Amino acid sequence: MSNGELRLPTGGRIDRAQPLRFIFDGAGYSGYAGDTLASALLANGVRLVGRSFKYHRPRGILSAGAEEPNALVELGNGARREPNLRATQIELHDGLVASSQNRWPSLDLDIGAINNLASRLLPSGFYYKTFMWPPSFWHFYEHFIRRAAGMGRAATEPDPDRYDHRYEHCDVLVVGAGPAGIAAALAAGRSGARVVLCDEQQEMGGDLLASMALIDGAPAADWVARALGELGALPEVRLLPRATAFGYYDHNAVAIVERVADHLARPGPGLPRQCVWHVRARRVVLATGAIERPLVFRDNDRPGVMLANAARVYLRRYAVACGRRAVLFTNNDAAYGAALDLRAGGMDIAAIVDLRADPKGQRTEAARAQGLRVLAGRAVIGVQGSKAVSGVEVARLQDDASAAILDREQIACDTVLMSGGWTPTIHLFSQSGGKLRFDTETAAFVPDRATQALRSAGACNGATRLSDCLAQGAAAGAAAAQDAGFAAAAPPLPELDPDLDEAPMRHLWVVPSDAPVGHKGKHFVDFQNDVTAADIRLASREGYRSVEHLKRYTTTGMGTDQGKTSNVAALAILAEATNASIPQVGTTTFRPPYTPVTMGALTGRTVGPLLEPARWTPIHRWHVRTGAVFENTGQWQRARYYPMAGEDMHAAVEREVRAARNLVGLFDASTLGKIDVKGPDSARFLDLVYTNSWSKLAIGRSRYGLMLRDDGYIYDDGVTTRLGPEHFLVSTTSGNAAPVLSFMEDLLQTEWPHLKVRLTSVTEQFAVVTLSGPMARRLLAELTRDIDLSPQAFPFMTLRAGTVAGIPVRVFRVSFTGDLSFEIQARASHGLALWHACLAVGEKYGITPYGLEAMHVLRAEKGYIIVGQETDGTATPDDLGMGAMVAHAKPDFIGKRGLKRAELLRPERKQLVGLRLADGEHKPLPEGAHLVNDPGLPPPMPMLGHVTSSYYSPTVGAPIALAMIKNGRARMGEELYAPLPDRVVRARVVAPCFFDPEGKRLHG
Amino acid sequence: MLLIACPWCGPRAELEFRCGGQGHLTRLTDAMEVSDAEFARYLYMRDNPKGWHYERWNHVNGCRRWFNAVRHTVTHEFHATYKPGEPKPDLPRS
Repeated sequence: MSNGELRLPTGGRIDRAQPLRFIFDGAGYSGYAGDTLASALLANGVRLVGRSFKYHRPRGILSAGAEEPNALVELGNGARREPNLRATQIELHDGLVASSQNRWPSLDLDIGAINNLASRLLPSGFYYKTFMWPPSFWHFYEHFIRRAAGMGRAATEPDPDRYDHRYEHCDVLVVGAGPAGIAAALAAGRSGARVVLCDEQQEMGGDLLASMALIDGAPAADWVARALGELGALPEVRLLPRATAFGYYDHNAVAIVERVADHLARPGPGLPRQCVWHVRARRVVLATGAIERPLVFRDNDRPGVMLANAARVYLRRYAVACGRRAVLFTNNDAAYGAALDLRAGGMDIAAIVDLRADPKGQRTEAARAQGLRVLAGRAVIGVQGSKAVSGVEVARLQDDASAAILDREQIACDTVLMSGGWTPTIHLFSQSGGKLRFDTETAAFVPDRATQALRSAGACNGATRLSDCLAQGAAAGAAAAQDAGFAAAAPPLPELDPDLDEAPMRHLWVVPSDAPVGHKGKHFVDFQNDVTAADIRLASREGYRSVEHLKRYTTTGMGTDQGKTSNVAALAILAEATNASIPQVGTTTFRPPYTPVTMGALTGRTVGPLLEPARWTPIHRWHVRTGAVFENTGQWQRARYYPMAGEDMHAAVEREVRAARNLVGLFDASTLGKIDVKGPDSARFLDLVYTNSWSKLAIGRSRYGLMLRDDGYIYDDGVTTRLGPEHFLVSTTSGNAAPVLSFMEDLLQTEWPHLKVRLTSVTEQFAVVTLSGPMARRLLAELTRDIDLSPQAFPFMTLRAGTVAGIPVRVFRVSFTGDLSFEIQARASHGLALWHACLAVGEKYGITPYGLEAMHVLRAEKGYIIVGQETDGTATPDDLGMGAMVAHAKPDFIGKRGLKRAELLRPERKQLVGLRLADGEHKPLPEGAHLVNDPGLPPPMPMLGHVTSSYYSPTVGAPIALAMIKNGRARMGEELYAPLPDRVVRARVVAPCFFDPEGKRLHG
Repeated sequence: MLLIACPWCGPRAELEFRCGGQGHLTRLTDAMEVSDAEFARYLYMRDNPKGWHYERWNHVNGCRRWFNAVRHTVTHEFHATYKPGEPKPDLPRS
């Protein structure tokens, strides 16, 4: 067909002044502003838009909305390529590029279609049945199966677009801007309530935009325009078109994705592509409409078979005739309205095939009166044509509807319109936790009891008439606003056409033909997953009688459309096959999202450097400039080592360790957790949270403390200093600063609220610069005049306040290297200046900055533990040789009772020891390596313990390790073995201290 | 995303809070006297009801205060939130 042939000369809501060019599968087409990709393709006579998932059957456009199972396309190129988008929901813009999916080499000639010929070999569960043996081969098969099945291809480059998240709080959220939603928004908005009205389409109005109904004597679309004009002028009302409410969460939290720029050929530079709205609403009105159901008849998937109302929408909204000559196949009266509208729009309706023997509604009468050919009590028993419909075969149903073989007739047509009734869109209601009820007359699940503060109105609530939709919407909107505290009233109904009487539907879930179902063609239930009526019956015969099992076995209801068009039919067929009622079969759970949401939108701006906040010390800039290699510890970015030209990590760390041992090292310890503890009960409080005693600690003195949990295991450690009678500075491990503060807050607020103590995190308020090594004192002496640094005046584990390089500081004589150390704390803003001053003066002493890695080696040489490395949440103070730090005489402290538990007193507990490797072993043991007595035993051999820290020690000149070993302290001198994948290493148990065991350097 | 009424700050989104598990547990005053089994019960055993549950919550990304709550573990409905030390409210009948 030639370009634009099916576009009607007038009408529709498209802007004919704005022609747009677009490309589909490499061919150029044109459409208009206001078109969807689907309407533009139909206008251009493109019928074949995709191949089906499993059988590669040719497929066309089925619907005009979110329920589309067939017309899934890939949109865009390169990094912006996005798969599996519904052509029915893609707004056309100039230069749009789309392609069909699941075909090779081309849509017209698709090799995979061989699956259709071989379909007798591909029943439901085929993959499970065929590829399960031998079990280990599944991974081999899977690779090929996934490639053969596949849908579209996702982009492989990083997403270049920006996505936003917004938070909104409102009195009333109305989801869906059809007649019910607009009526609800009007009723609520007029009361002054803050209202958000969202709708997934580019234009609000829902079915009214395609309706020929008159409201207040004017076209329905005029009423929509007036209502939206009024709503837009209300200051507390926000209209959100192109916004899909995709998830209904607890306490009326509704997530909405707004497609901000997807419809623009050239989005403005400031626009995000999409925005997720997190709406918290006092009340919600769901007006989400309904989805027309297909009928299940033979070869009902041929391109040209579509939903009756979709054809009406294409005609009325987009001025597109879906074909020239159509046959309508229906089980209800409403579809007659669509047929009459289409006829009025110039489409030839060859016949109306009605499953009902004697339909007698006002619409059916009107159709007959207009001369339409109504074939009652008959069925479409087959569709002719493969890549496009060329006709249908119609036959009269037998009385018991078991077959349709009588009065067979061929009717030529290019379009088959089907209508199996309507399925209320209850997804959000169900997600909210609402209970459903099955309405037998319409054979649909409708909302029953809500468990959240919401109301359903209109078609999603089972309403079928416009008057009911408007009335329910107005009532729900007014009641929602009233509940939210506003004086709202439902406005009177506008003047409408009189309601028509409708005859009941006839539910015939599988339309018979001249052969048993499953022969001579396929009765599709789920178009997207290629599930047929025969598949469901087979699954039921094989014992899959639960709807949840059926879904997983046949894949019905899965995929991007989540069974929007197929669910009820699948349930009904299963119910028939198992002699149960549909409510007995039940329905699967509806879960978010309603339609697929891009990962980009969900992620928002938390990508790349914004994925997680990074914490930098006040000296960070210097580390970066110096070329430090960084290591992330929690959110902190810490300098790991400072390589010089040509150095690898090993060489750099060795140089740094030697300098800190022999001369002086400079370390940025600012990440140290720091908690300021103040108040008259501070000492009492610390007595309760640490194992040791604090009440008698003198002002200006420091003490190392161990903190346990109630179960008696070590939770944290660190040095605490008494700054004043009621003032302490607690230090915690870097990674545990926030949890320890929370732990202490919890106890103060809930266990001991009578204690007068205030806790303040000061981790980031102070920079910490550590000078460590034999030259540290001489260096520091050059920088301070007001602190006497002599060992007598400033002994180990004390604090002095004063100035260093003119900067007010606290200097702590503590050490984590085992060497003479001064830990200088200054205000964070002075940290970098302090660092520079130390470097400048330290040059002649050979000052060397050392990183986290050298710090680890230095502390391991001394045998200092790191909580979380030597401990694993099951270590006690005694396990680490620190039993003396527990003041058992204290009346109470956290962990006191826990320490007395049998498990913690058990002999043979693992204890901290050191390991020296056999001569000639130059490689450190891997951390975590197991240690055994006899590596010759077959595995699993009895394990004595494991390595917790392991480094090459430049000071010792050999690898060293710390380990937790059963009865370790009694094994001094024993030879143990570490069986590694490539070798067995012999190691000797030694005391966990490889440097200055007498502490001369520490105290010097 | 629950909506949780902090007794100090008012209703705030769940992401500002951290749940602290079962509420109204009293720290043993005679811990040194009880058996290991009794101590383990205190330390480890918690109610896990399908229904109303007394809980502790911390407004960790807000005022940092702890409080108590009565929450339904199926519907997530909050019957009450109240400050520590305030009496335990009666459970709703449903």
